[in-house]
This record gives sequence, C-alpha cells and structure tokens, in this order.
Amino acid sequence: MAPLIIIVVIIAVVAIWIVAMFNSLIRLRNRVKNAWSQIDVQLKRRHDLIPNLVETAKGYMAHEKDTLERVVKARNMAMDAQGVAETSAAENMLSQTLKSLFAVVESYPDLKANQNMIALHEELTSTENRIAFARQHYNDCAMTYNNAIQMFPKNIIAGIFHFVASEFFEAEEEEKENVEVKF
Amino acid sequence: MPEVTGMYELISRNKRNSWLLVIILVLTIVIIAIVFGYWRGGQQFGAQNAITFAIIGILFASTGALVSYFEGASLIMAVSRARPADPDSERQLHNLVEEMTIASGLPKPKLYIIEDSAPNAFACGRNPENSAIAVTRGLMNKLNREELQGVIAHEMSHILSYDILFVTIVTVLVGSIVMLCDVFRWMSIFGGGRRRENRRSGGGQIEAVIAIVALLLMILAPIFAQLIQLAASRQREYLADANGAKMTRNPKGLASALRKISTDTEKLEAANRGTQHLYIVNPLKGKAASNKQSLFSTHPPIEERINRLEEMT
Repeated sequence: MAPLIIIVVIIAVVAIWIVAMFNSLIRLRNRVKNAWSQIDVQLKRRHDLIPNLVETAKGYMAHEKDTLERVVKARNMAMDAQGVAETSAAENMLSQTLKSLFAVVESYPDLKANQNMIALHEELTSTENRIAFARQHYNDCAMTYNNAIQMFPKNIIAGIFHFVASEFFEAEEEEKENVEVKF
Repeated sequence: MPEVTGMYELISRNKRNSWLLVIILVLTIVIIAIVFGYWRGGQQFGAQNAITFAIIGILFASTGALVSYFEGASLIMAVSRARPADPDSERQLHNLVEEMTIASGLPKPKLYIIEDSAPNAFACGRNPENSAIAVTRGLMNKLNREELQGVIAHEMSHILSYDILFVTIVTVLVGSIVMLCDVFRWMSIFGGGRRRENRRSGGGQIEAVIAIVALLLMILAPIFAQLIQLAASRQREYLADANGAKMTRNPKGLASALRKISTDTEKLEAANRGTQHLYIVNPLKGKAASNKQSLFSTHPPIEERINRLEEMT
C-alpha cells in the first residue's frame, strides 16, 4: 500500500512541476510579445507629435521649408510602411530628418527660446529615448525568454510544446552611420 | 547600444550577499532562542522555551514593522514634506520616469517633489503597484537630463528589487534579536532562579557554560545584528546602482550624478535618522561625514560606488 501512495505523490509533484514550468514559459513569451508591441506604440507616439512640431517651427523658419518638408514626408512614409524591414528603414529616415531639423533650429534663437519649441524638443527627445528603451526592453525580455527555453530543465518542456527562441532587435548596419535622406 | 559588461554578475552577487545576511540573522535568532531557552529552562524545558521565545520575539517585532509596511508611502511623504509632482508643469520629470517604466516594464510610480535645494531622492512602497518616488527641487536644478535619469533609475531599481520588503524583513529580524536580548537582560536581573530540577552530575558545568554564552549573546547580539542590518543596507545600495545602470545602459550618468550630489554641501531639512537610509546618498552630513564610511554606514562609500559604476563600461 505504502509504495503505491509514494508513487502517486511523486507523480503528482512532477505533474505540478511541469505545469509550473509551462506556465512560466507562457508568461515569459507573452512578455516578449508585449515588449514588441510597445516599440510600435512609441513609434506611433512620435508620428503624432510631428504635426505640432512642424506648425510651431513654420512661423519662424520661413527659409527652411525644405527641412520641414522632409520631416513631413518622412513621417508620412513611416506611417505607410509595411513589414519590419520597411518600417525600420522609414523610421530611421524619420530620425535623421528630425536630427537635421533640430540642428537647423540652433541657428534660430527666437525659435529656440519659444516656450512651445522648448516643450516640443523635450517631448521629441523623450520620444527618441522611449523608442530606444522600448527596443532595449524587448531585447531584455527576449534574452530572459531565450535563456529559459534553452536551459535545463525547462528546455525539455520547451521542446515538447514548441516554444521557439525570439530574435533580438539589432540595429541595422545602416542605422549606425548617418542615413542619407532620399525620397 | 553599448554592452555593459559585468552588470548582470554584479546584480546576482549583490542579491546573493544580501540574502546571505538575512540567513545569518535568522540563525542568530535560532541560536539566541536555543541558548536562552536552555539557560532558563535547563534540559527539561530548553527546547520548549526556545521555540516559545523565538515566536514571541518575532511576533512583537513584526507588529511594528507591519504597520510601517502597509502605511509606508503616504506617511513617509508627509514626514519628508513631499508634494505630488504635477504632470503638466513637471514634464521632464514625468518623461524621465515614463522612459524608465518602458525600459524596466514596471508600472509608473507616483511622483513627488520636495522643495529643498539639497539634491537627493528616495523611493518607497511595498511593491511596484504601490510605489512612489520623491526628488528634491535641488536635484532637478543641479543635475542634467542623463544624471537625473540615472538617479531615477536607481530609485526604480529599489522598487524593482522589493527593497522596502527586504528592509522590513531585516528590521523585523533585528528587532526580534534586540527584543529577546532586552527581555533576558531584564529577566536575569529580576527573574527568579533557574529551574533546578535537572541537577545531574556534570550538568552544573554545562549550565555554567550556557550561562556564560547567554550573557555574551545578550551584550553582543544586538550590536552584531545592527552591523548586519547596515551591511545589508549597503548591499542593496550597490544592487540598486547596478540595476539602475542596467535600466539606462548608461552607468556614467549615475556616476556623474553621485559625484555632484556628494560634493554638494547643502543640508536636506526634512531628513532625519529615521529616514536617512531611504535616500540615494545619506542626507545627514556632519563635518566628518565623508570620513565616517565604515561598518556603521547605511550607504557604501561614494567613491566606491562611483568606481564600480565607471568600471561597468
């Protein structure tokens, strides 16, 4: 009688352990998905801020229509982009146009001192940071998840239930140099 | 994004060290309970006594701690004269914190500002959902954006690591030890004689040894416990620095901030001995403060903190 009870208990413990490991993998995988969509949220936030920026700058920068137009065009392209590669390239270009815009703003002291502009500059700095941190957070989640499914003993569960490793978000080679803005 | 080497190892090591200290405290309580139990009760009642004493000691120490644990944030903010930070007029502060919530995945803590020109900051809250951070006006004025973000990241790391819970546990344990020793000191002065039912030959020697050990414990254990408490506090500060660096991937920002804060000579009005351990840099500054970095400090030496951060890149 006793050995039977012991066997049942062992099976129960192992079963609970397996469920716990499975649930933990699900939790980690969902975190990765969530972190990925966070990146999009921040990119969209940037899209929304740009019209206001352009309006504020227009009044002061009559001679810089080109710079402003490039920002608007890049923003529209980014909003229309489909798929990871296209979006990535478009968002990169948008970052570049914004950098150019702020470089130009430096030579317009009135605009630079404008309260609106100061606030907008802070918002856009913050937005660039948020995009970067969102990507960083995604990578952190991906690393934690990949570690979990590759290390023993969860790797067994991962294999049985087809948990697949996540890819890291890597800065494309072009991103690291200054992208030439082309339409 | 730069690879911050050594960061993850540092984080694991600090976590291990701090839990090691907790284990030492628990063992101390066990030893005290056993020694006092046998001292007062001889062999017959020793074990029974030991368990009773341990439970009573921990219960009493817990009640005080539980109140502070649950009431924590609002009380501390009131005592520190902190006011909620308006999201419209304090845009940059809110942005910095929101950026850190994205980087860490934590919910956004409530933000407070202390109108004092001494630069400092602290965090409190029993878990990430009920957390709050306060910064002084001085901090916001004297630090640049990345330095300020480094400080915020450090504070959010305290929340991330459940440091308030950890500190509460340590406080309960230390409180138990101090309480048990106080009780026995009182009992040994006023209490009746030890039960003498177990007078076996050779028992007298063991009893004498136990009595001596008990006396030593009574005197040394409270000091020892407080040293452990301070050591644990220092470990958690290092841990918060390392986690903060991981959050921003910019250890230099925090290092620079620490340097600025530590060389500032202004005194933080609202800080006192009860709240000093919560701040990022100990706000109590005497003339000899910078020399007093020792076993009795709640915070590690600033130079060492800055060095560790700078070595991370």
